[in-house]
Amino acid sequence: MFETLSEKLQRSFKTLRGQGTLTDENINDALREIRVALIESDVNLDVAKDIIDKIRDKALGSQVATALSPAEQIVKIVRDELIATLGTDTAKFKFASQPPTIILMAGLQGSGKTTTSGKLAQWLKKGGHRPMLVSVDVYRPAAREQLRVVAQSIGAKIYEGELTTENGQLGTPDVLRLAKEARREATNSACNILIVDTAGRLGIDEALMAEMAELKKLLNPSEILFVADAMTGQDAVNSAKAFNDRLAITGSVLTKMDGDARGGAALSIRQITGQPVKFLGTGEKPDAFEPFHPDRIVSRILGMGDIATLLERAEEKLDKSKAHAFATKALSGDGFSLEDFREQLRQIKKLGSMQSIMKMLPSVGPFAGMQQAANSVDEKQLGRTEAIINSMTMKERLNSAIINGSRRKRIALGAGVQVSEVNNLLKQHAQMSKMFKTMGAGGGKMQQRLMSQLGGMQKFGR
Amino acid sequence: MAFSIFGKRNTPETPEPAEQPEQPRGLFDRMKQAVTRTRESLSNSISSVVALTREVDDASLDDLELALLASDIGSATTQQIITSLRDRALRQGISDGAELKSLLKAELLRILNSVEMPIKHPSAPPEVIMMVGVNGAGKTTTSGKLAAQYRREGHTVLLCAADTFRAAAIEQLQVWADRSGVDLIKTKQGGDPSAALYDALAAAKARSTGILLVDTAGRLHTKSDLMKELDKMRRTAEKLIPGAPHQTLLVIDATTGQNGLQQARIFTEAAHVTGIVLTKLDGSAKGGIVVAIAHELGLPVRYAGVGEKLEDIIPFDPASFVDSLID
Repeated sequence: MFETLSEKLQRSFKTLRGQGTLTDENINDALREIRVALIESDVNLDVAKDIIDKIRDKALGSQVATALSPAEQIVKIVRDELIATLGTDTAKFKFASQPPTIILMAGLQGSGKTTTSGKLAQWLKKGGHRPMLVSVDVYRPAAREQLRVVAQSIGAKIYEGELTTENGQLGTPDVLRLAKEARREATNSACNILIVDTAGRLGIDEALMAEMAELKKLLNPSEILFVADAMTGQDAVNSAKAFNDRLAITGSVLTKMDGDARGGAALSIRQITGQPVKFLGTGEKPDAFEPFHPDRIVSRILGMGDIATLLERAEEKLDKSKAHAFATKALSGDGFSLEDFREQLRQIKKLGSMQSIMKMLPSVGPFAGMQQAANSVDEKQLGRTEAIINSMTMKERLNSAIINGSRRKRIALGAGVQVSEVNNLLKQHAQMSKMFKTMGAGGGKMQQRLMSQLGGMQKFGR
Repeated sequence: MAFSIFGKRNTPETPEPAEQPEQPRGLFDRMKQAVTRTRESLSNSISSVVALTREVDDASLDDLELALLASDIGSATTQQIITSLRDRALRQGISDGAELKSLLKAELLRILNSVEMPIKHPSAPPEVIMMVGVNGAGKTTTSGKLAAQYRREGHTVLLCAADTFRAAAIEQLQVWADRSGVDLIKTKQGGDPSAALYDALAAAKARSTGILLVDTAGRLHTKSDLMKELDKMRRTAEKLIPGAPHQTLLVIDATTGQNGLQQARIFTEAAHVTGIVLTKLDGSAKGGIVVAIAHELGLPVRYAGVGEKLEDIIPFDPASFVDSLID
């Protein structure tokens, strides 16, 4: 994995300590690091260059504030600049004054238009709308069938229409006819939104781009969403430009964000089209779809984690009183028992996979290195640990000191693991318990330090 | 417990920092200028030629670096290429941009050719070829095109629809099977892909089919459970036909950026990828990520997808690929 930008800057700024201002000379290393980081995140070269120029202007001559290290200051400037590039507000969705509101989905092959159409319909349904789906992809084998299955799975209406191949190959006339019929059908069945899924096409495919323009003319859509794969590289600007020049898109959707791509394409697309990224696709399930927040993807590009999403999830899924009770107990002189620990494991599981949690942590400060570690995490480890604790008696869980050799053997057998794994768990529990005790007993010094580190993160986390 | 999870860290690789801040003008303007400047300098004394050449080369190298980055080759691989070019340029006394460009092409070709290795075909049929990759890369389309290609080459071919997850993936492959006149072994959507694979393996064995092409579901490489499913399929294949799958082709979309490297790395760990199929090369994307993949992971590109028609698949040709990358 790549070293994150924040880490790189920390390193290149080690020499800068004690210097009061950022100057042309000492900033160049940092700007070079930023450029590399942006390119590694798939931000387009020209877009990266624009951003670097702006950052240089802002950084030059600015006093190194005492509260922030030079690296932190640069990161803050970079962060602010990237957010400014992406647009600071969460995008709005346009509705037509006269229903049905028509949404046209456009994009390259395999970017995820059909899946996204389904997710969008689901999202609109949840918001109290009555969406109807139609696929005018008469080219890709089974594309229309795919949307039908998707619509069925989310219980959304779909206009299927009929196609005959009597007159030879299917083409633009069929596409336009299907779209017209679907619009009529949506009006007749009181659906207030029509989502039109189109065939994937290359920006340089003149015939198919012309078809898209005709579709636009016919339907006069309120939204034309450009669907792009988050893994797209430097070419993102070319295709975004091609679609925007021809169609004047109203926004974009970045798909497959549940992978580990940095998503720098978002910056390229936004910059080149001038239109906001409106949604993210974050998984294969119909509800893995969320409105886009510029600050979160910027944190991801900078490797600063996605604390906001993590907190949101925690807010939603965790039992706060339990967490609080655990913290109080662990920090008190008594330490915490394996039973407490098991409860914590269960809480953590609710937040999602260990991988996804660790990736949302910032890569600087107390959680340094965890993002990189995420890829080597064995997801089953949590389950195994829980199984080990499960096969202990309550007495053993509350007082792990009584677990002798023969008990260990029995526990290992019960959990289906090696005795060494039981030993490891006990050892780690003892260490952690001791660590928490010291933290609690250290007159709050450790606590203070942790808090100040967390505070430092929050400077950027907001 | 928390310790054992967080203790296992990958040592992150540090990409080389960029050597020069980028220059504003277009590649060809500067290249032309460089050539002219060099020509003018020929009449001067040797020492000034050398000095000037060095300067010209640095400027041209910057442009070449940008060209490489703009085609998704990535900063680490680009840096190494540029460094080795700079060494050579200094040693051999490169005098103009055109020469530098041909050196660059040679370097890219060297990287791509160095990973070329002959495909190990099994002594007895069937040869099992598994297609893997992230969602939307073009696995199903490629499976269909390859089926037709192998038939044209005179092989008997069987297709297996092991993507039981995505809506209508099986129907999509059925259309390709019909187009290429090849039988399709399938199960219903939501079924166990290994079960479909087992049936296909048994059928291919019984019929002595030359090539069995297995289309698997798209999966992001970050989903460890889905990656394990690929491993299970491998073991299923191996159990029934020793040595199978004989080839595992990772399908990568030419528009893919730096994440392609991570895809290739993790798919190779989980599914023992033996080669790459680079799809959608008919668009504006250049697919430079395969150079990084060849350089860092040693994986060769086997085929290129260049359109939506049955015959739009070609054996990958490094020379013309490099030409399109640089010119």
